[in-house]
Amino acid sequence: MDNLSNYLILSAVLFSIGTIGVLVRRNIIVMFMCIELMLNAVNLTFVALSRHLGNLDGQVFVFFIMTVAAAEAAVGLAMFIAFFNNRESIDADDASLMKW
Amino acid sequence: MFDNVWLIPLFPLIGFLINGLLGKKIKNETVIGGIASLAVFGSFIVSCKTFLGLISLPADKRVVDVKIFSWITAGNFNADIAFLIDPLSCLMILIVTGIGFLIHIYSIGYMHGEDGFYRFFAYLNLFIFSMLLLVLGNNLLLMFVGWEGVGLCSYLLIGYYFKKKSAGDAGKKAFVMNRVGDFGFLLGIFGLFWYLGQNHNVWTVQFTELSNSAHLLPTGGIVTFITLCFFLGATGKSAQIPLYTWLPDAMEGPTPVSALIHAATMVTAGVYMIGRMSYIFVRAPETMVVVAVVGACTALFAATIGTAQNDIKRVLAYSTVSQLGYMVLAMGVGAFTAGVFHLMTHAFFKACLFLGSGAVIHSMHGALHHVHSHDDAQDMRNMGGLKKYMPLTFLTFLIATIAIAGIPGFSGFFSKDEILWQAFANPLHGGLNTFLWAMGAVAAGLTAFYMFRLVFMTFFGETRIKAGAEKYLHESPMVIVIPLIVLAALSIVGGYVGIPKLIGDVFGGIPNYLEHYLHPVFANANAYMAAHAHTAHHSHALEWGLMGTSVVIALIGISIAAFLYLVNPTLPAKFTATFPGLHRAVYNKWYIDELYDFVIVNPCKTLGRFLWRGFDVVVIDGLVNGVAHVVMAFGGVVRYLQTGQVYSYAWTMAFGVVVIIGYYLFK
Repeated sequence: MDNLSNYLILSAVLFSIGTIGVLVRRNIIVMFMCIELMLNAVNLTFVALSRHLGNLDGQVFVFFIMTVAAAEAAVGLAMFIAFFNNRESIDADDASLMKW
Repeated sequence: MFDNVWLIPLFPLIGFLINGLLGKKIKNETVIGGIASLAVFGSFIVSCKTFLGLISLPADKRVVDVKIFSWITAGNFNADIAFLIDPLSCLMILIVTGIGFLIHIYSIGYMHGEDGFYRFFAYLNLFIFSMLLLVLGNNLLLMFVGWEGVGLCSYLLIGYYFKKKSAGDAGKKAFVMNRVGDFGFLLGIFGLFWYLGQNHNVWTVQFTELSNSAHLLPTGGIVTFITLCFFLGATGKSAQIPLYTWLPDAMEGPTPVSALIHAATMVTAGVYMIGRMSYIFVRAPETMVVVAVVGACTALFAATIGTAQNDIKRVLAYSTVSQLGYMVLAMGVGAFTAGVFHLMTHAFFKACLFLGSGAVIHSMHGALHHVHSHDDAQDMRNMGGLKKYMPLTFLTFLIATIAIAGIPGFSGFFSKDEILWQAFANPLHGGLNTFLWAMGAVAAGLTAFYMFRLVFMTFFGETRIKAGAEKYLHESPMVIVIPLIVLAALSIVGGYVGIPKLIGDVFGGIPNYLEHYLHPVFANANAYMAAHAHTAHHSHALEWGLMGTSVVIALIGISIAAFLYLVNPTLPAKFTATFPGLHRAVYNKWYIDELYDFVIVNPCKTLGRFLWRGFDVVVIDGLVNGVAHVVMAFGGVVRYLQTGQVYSYAWTMAFGVVVIIGYYLFK
C-alpha cells in the first residue's frame, strides 16, 4: 500500500517515454506503439489508484481503455497499410499534404 | 336556408384546381372548357337558389350571415370565413356567375387552338372564385382577400400572351397601379378598425357589426380620412382618375377577359365596395364631394379620349372607364341604388359589346391571316361594312350600343338617366349639382357619339379590309353567337327592373323593383342622409325636362357620328387637318401616360437606379465584400500555422498540454 508512489512514478516514466517517442520518431508504427505505451501508462495509474482507494471504478475504466485501444489498433493498422500502398513509405513526414 | 352557400365559391375553385393541375395532361379543349363552364354554371344555379331564398324572406330579414368556419381569432378580434347574404351581394353573385358563365362558353369558341388553353380557363375560374369571395365576404379582411385575388387574376390574364412584351408590361402596370389603390384600402381598414376599437371598444371588421356601430362615427374628421383611403382603393380597382391608365392597357389580354374582368365584374368592385360601406361614406361629406367630382370628371374625361381612338377595344376600354365614372358619380351623390343599377346594366351591355368586338376581331384576324396580311385586326380603319358578313354580331352589337347610348326603352337609358337626375337633385352637394349634371350630360352625348362612330366605322360603309380578304369574313360559330344574343336580350330588358317612379307612374304605377329590393342594404345610409341633408323638392316638369334633355343630347351625339362617318366620311380627316393639335392630344390620350411617366415613373426609376448603382452596389455590397476581405486577409496570415507535418502538430499539442498543466500547477 505504501508503495503507491512507486507505481505512479513508473507510470509517469512510461508516459514520458511514450510522449517523447511520439514527438521524436518519424516511423508511424513506432509512433503508434508509443501511443499505446502512453495509454497503458494511464492504465497503470488507474489500477494503482483503484487499489489504493479501494474503489473498482478505475479498473472498469481500464477495461474500456483496452477495448478502445484494440479497436484503435485495428483502424490504425488499416490506415498504415493504405498509406503504404499509396506512398511506399511509413514515414510520418511523407504525410504532409494537409497544409495551406 | 342558405346552408349550401359555400358551394358557390367552391365550384370555381375545384374547376381551377382541376384545370390548373391536370389541364396540361387533359389536352382536350372541350373537356377543359366544359369543366370550367360547368363549375361556373353550378355556382350560378346555387346563386339563383340563394336569390330565390332571399326574396322569399320578409324585407327586413334579408341580411343573413352564413359562417363557414373560424379564420382569425385574437382577443376581441374575430374574422371568419363567412358569407354575407343580402340583396346587394346576391345581385352581384348573379351578375358574376351569370355573365361569367356566358363568357366561359364564349371563350371555348374564342380561345380555340390557343397555346395554354387550359391555363386560360384555370385563371378564369380562379378569377370567378376570387370575385365571389370579394362580394360574398362578410368582413373587410375576406373582402380584401378576394380583392387581391381578382387583382392577381387580372394580372395573369392581361399577361396571357406573355411572349408579347406589351402584354407583360400592361399586366405589370395594372398590378402596380392596383397596388397603389390596395394600399389605400388597407389603410382604410386599419383606420376604421383602430378608430372604432380605440374610442368605442368595438373591435370589428364585420359589415353587419360596422353597420350597427356606424352611428358611433363622427361626421367628417377621421371618417373623412378613412373613407378617402377606401376611395383610393376604389379608384385603383374601378379605374378612376388618377389611377385609370391601367385599364386601357389591360386590353392586351384576350377579349373575353376584357369583357369579364375589365368591363363587367372586377372593375365594378370599387363601386361595390363604396356601396357596401355606404353608411360610412355618407358620414364624410367631404369625401362624398370628392367621390362625385372624381366620378363626373372620369366620365367626361375618358369619354373625350374615346372619341379619337381607332383600336376597337381601346374605344370600349375608355367607354368602360367613362361608365365606371358614372357609377362612382352615383355613389358620390348618394344615389347608391342608381349606381348599382348602372353597374348591372353596364355589365350586360358592355359584356355584349366586348364579346361582339371579340367576334369581329376573330373574324378579321382569320380573314387577314388567309391573305397573309399584317394589317391590325383591331384597327377600325381596316374594317367597315362588316354588317353583311356578320349579321348576328352586328345586330347584338347595335342593341348594346343603343343601350349604352341611353336611348329610351333600353337598359342604359333607365340607369344613366337615374344617375343624371340624382346628380342634379341630390341633397348633398348644393351648388355643385348643376356642374355634376352638366358633366354627366355632356359625357352622355360623347358616349353616344363615340359608340355610334365605332358602329359606323366597323359595320357600315365600304369594306376597307385588304382586297381579297373580305371573302374570308364570316359569322362566328354558335358558341360565340349565343352568349351575344343572351347578353343583347339582357341589355334590352335589364333596365325594366328599375323603372324610375316618374315613368312608372305614367304606366299605371309600375314600381321600381330594384330600389325596393336593394332598400335594406342602403337603409342605414339613406336614413342618415334624410336626417342630415335638406331634400329639395323638384317638380315633375323639371325631371321630365332633364330626361328629355339627356335623350336629345344622346340623339345629337348619334347624329354627329352619322353625319361624320356615314354621310361625309371624308369630313373627319379634314377636321383633324384643321385642328391637328387638338386631335393629336385626344388621340394620344391627353398625354396622361407621358405625364405620369415624367412625374412619377421616371423619377422612381431614377431613384431606383441611384439606389441600385449608388447605394446597393457601393454601400451594401461594399460592406459585405469588405467583411469578406478582412476575413480573407486574416486567414491569409494564420493559414501558415497549418504545416501539414504530423510532428509539428504533435509538438504543438504537447506544448499546449504542458502550458495548461503548468498554469494550474503554478498559478
